[in-house]
Amino acid sequence: MSGLGLAACADDSSDGGSNEAGGTAPGAGREECAQLEEFGDLSGREVSVYTSIIAPEDAVHKESYKVFEECTGATVAYEGSSEFEAQLVVRVQGGNAPDIAYIPQPGLLQTLVRDTDAVVAAPDSVSENVDEFFGEDWKAYGTVDDTFYAAPLGANVKSFVWYSPSQFEENGWEVPETWDDMLALSDEMVDAGVKPWCAGIESGDATGWPATDWLEDAVLRDAGPDVYDQWVNHDIPFNDPAIVESLDRVGGILKNEDYVNGGIGDVKSIATTAFQEGGLPILDGECGLHRQASFYAAQWPEGTDVSETGDVFAFYLPTTSDEFGTPVLGGGEFVAAFSDEPEVQAFQTYLSSDVWANEKAIATPGGWVSANTGLDIANLKSPIDQLSAEILQDPEAVFRFDGSDQMPGAVGAGSFWSEMTNWITGAETQATLDNIEDSWPS
Amino acid sequence: MTSTDKLIQMAIAVVLFFAVTGLILVLTARLRSRNGERVQAAAFIAPSLLLIAVGLLYPAVGTIYQSFFGSSYQPILGGGNEGNFVGLDNYRRIFTNGDLLQVLQNTALWVVLTPLVATTIGLVYAVLIDRSRFEKVAKALIFLPMAISLVGASIIWKFMYDYKGTDQDQLGVLNALLKAVGFDTYRFLLTEPWNTFFLIVIIVWVQAGFAMTILSAAIKAIPDDIVEAAKLDGVNGLKLFRYITVPSIRPSLIVVLTTISITTLKVFDIVRTATGGQFGTSVLAYEFYVQSFRSFDFGLGAALATLIFVLVTPIVVYNIRQMRRLEAR
Repeated sequence: MSGLGLAACADDSSDGGSNEAGGTAPGAGREECAQLEEFGDLSGREVSVYTSIIAPEDAVHKESYKVFEECTGATVAYEGSSEFEAQLVVRVQGGNAPDIAYIPQPGLLQTLVRDTDAVVAAPDSVSENVDEFFGEDWKAYGTVDDTFYAAPLGANVKSFVWYSPSQFEENGWEVPETWDDMLALSDEMVDAGVKPWCAGIESGDATGWPATDWLEDAVLRDAGPDVYDQWVNHDIPFNDPAIVESLDRVGGILKNEDYVNGGIGDVKSIATTAFQEGGLPILDGECGLHRQASFYAAQWPEGTDVSETGDVFAFYLPTTSDEFGTPVLGGGEFVAAFSDEPEVQAFQTYLSSDVWANEKAIATPGGWVSANTGLDIANLKSPIDQLSAEILQDPEAVFRFDGSDQMPGAVGAGSFWSEMTNWITGAETQATLDNIEDSWPS
Repeated sequence: MTSTDKLIQMAIAVVLFFAVTGLILVLTARLRSRNGERVQAAAFIAPSLLLIAVGLLYPAVGTIYQSFFGSSYQPILGGGNEGNFVGLDNYRRIFTNGDLLQVLQNTALWVVLTPLVATTIGLVYAVLIDRSRFEKVAKALIFLPMAISLVGASIIWKFMYDYKGTDQDQLGVLNALLKAVGFDTYRFLLTEPWNTFFLIVIIVWVQAGFAMTILSAAIKAIPDDIVEAAKLDGVNGLKLFRYITVPSIRPSLIVVLTTISITTLKVFDIVRTATGGQFGTSVLAYEFYVQSFRSFDFGLGAALATLIFVLVTPIVVYNIRQMRRLEAR
């Protein structure tokens, strides 16, 4: 045992100090390698990447690293885990941090920066790329205490309502433009004998998160982005009257026995239906509408035609008023580094560039999009990804990151999830929000 | 790290092991006296003790230390964040916060019910099938669930308990049965407080086989002449069970009860897989994980872990004493 420990220690400390690699990069002269030339020849070096992106989605990720490997000579060791969030903290505290981690929550990034001191600030080359290719809001999510740490990687759009274009056409229904239109459409569906909405928020020990997205979307529409930011940062209490109003608006759909839960059961069945299965009754015509993010595209069974005229597609979750423009709720991953070796910085630079975004788009059959403005929408294959990218790149869009992912863990991955689950199974709106407010760490 | 690196490390470890053992042998070889043997023994135990100290005592002390601090991580040897010492506040929270009190209450239910029910079922089953024609098959049947991990068992039972509205097609076996006999379907995993009992059923299903195996062996070890003597005295049936079987296997019974108690105190997999701790079903071991690794409230997590440690210690001590007695016979 002690031998293992000694050998491991020796392994870690041997290459300290060699911060500059010399030589000419293997890919020098190639257009797509331009940004990586300054890092020189990195042959024989390895970058370890730790992420929550697991099979089958990891295959296209690895595919998209080929250009980096050809340009620099370095190799990428990819490790995905479904226990990523918990394990990353354990590994960092145990002195066994990966070189790079894709962190899907700004709140977790803050915890790591403030509590462990192990995250390395992003090099200038990455910062410049982010200034060029991403909006200021995106850069802010990777910044902690005025230091920029992590560039955005992938993105997803949550403000979508899935529906069946063919079912809509058969019944003469139209995609609603406003929230009220959407409720009128729901009533029409009830008259036609279809339960309009279906939903599922069961997600193992993360049960409840899809319900938090509902509330966040509603707050963004009713109270606007400024109040949303104050709410997320706890500048106003979690149970502020504005939030109560928004949750009641959500309750008008999710807790309405006439509206839910198409093809599954009653209101309470939302709590025990896996989120992956929540929208599937649309395919059988048992429900008409399902609010879920762009990544739900991957949940439809093989052979489902996901397109504007096909079996299923999604529309933008309408606004409740035209006061706040077009609010978009979304999520994404951020590239945090725990090492400042040249190969690591080269990889960070590559991932934040337009070259990578397009490589990834070309490699991906569908189900991936980025907020990188250098991403050519034509490179995206799936129509829902194209629609997501259009929304993300729309200058009118007011983008806001998933609120629960930015709140402290005790709320964002704790009471917010569990209290929303209790709310679905019968708890009152005010009591639910009061309980979450009480759990906010002082 | 490549596999060559790992192989080299393993080789180094093996060589080091032999080197240390050899060194101890050489150094202590000349000691012949009684005291010398003691030194020899101590020299061989020392490396193990050292490893136990590093791998068990150090983290244990670290966890207890951590439990007196606030949410951020507190390495025992300084560094990291200083100055969020909160004293006994985390413990106060466990015993005053409504949600955490429910966790304690659920844990109590698990720890009281599981050993009693599982042992009773195992004991009755062992007695009933003892020397019957189908003993082997019957034993295999109840022992099979032992081979399934708690996660696997929970997934199986999740299907058993699956809920759909009464007018929908049923996936869950139990609700299909309810529907077939004309009842409404039932939310097994959602309805408090009964959902906790339905989760306990899962661990009983797994643990009853363990109880049966140990107790069956103990029953077979009861000397035939005692049973014969009792029968000659006219003791039969339930009385034989009450006055001969149970007292004879008492030490085994206690070992089974305490072992299952310990397993139950650290039950985590079932709650996580079946309900994710929702609907008021969380227990101590799961809450410890949630607080530490999802909410990143390391202080409260450590306090919960320490509490489990405190609760499990007396049971472990009692369990070991009984085992010794069992072996002494």
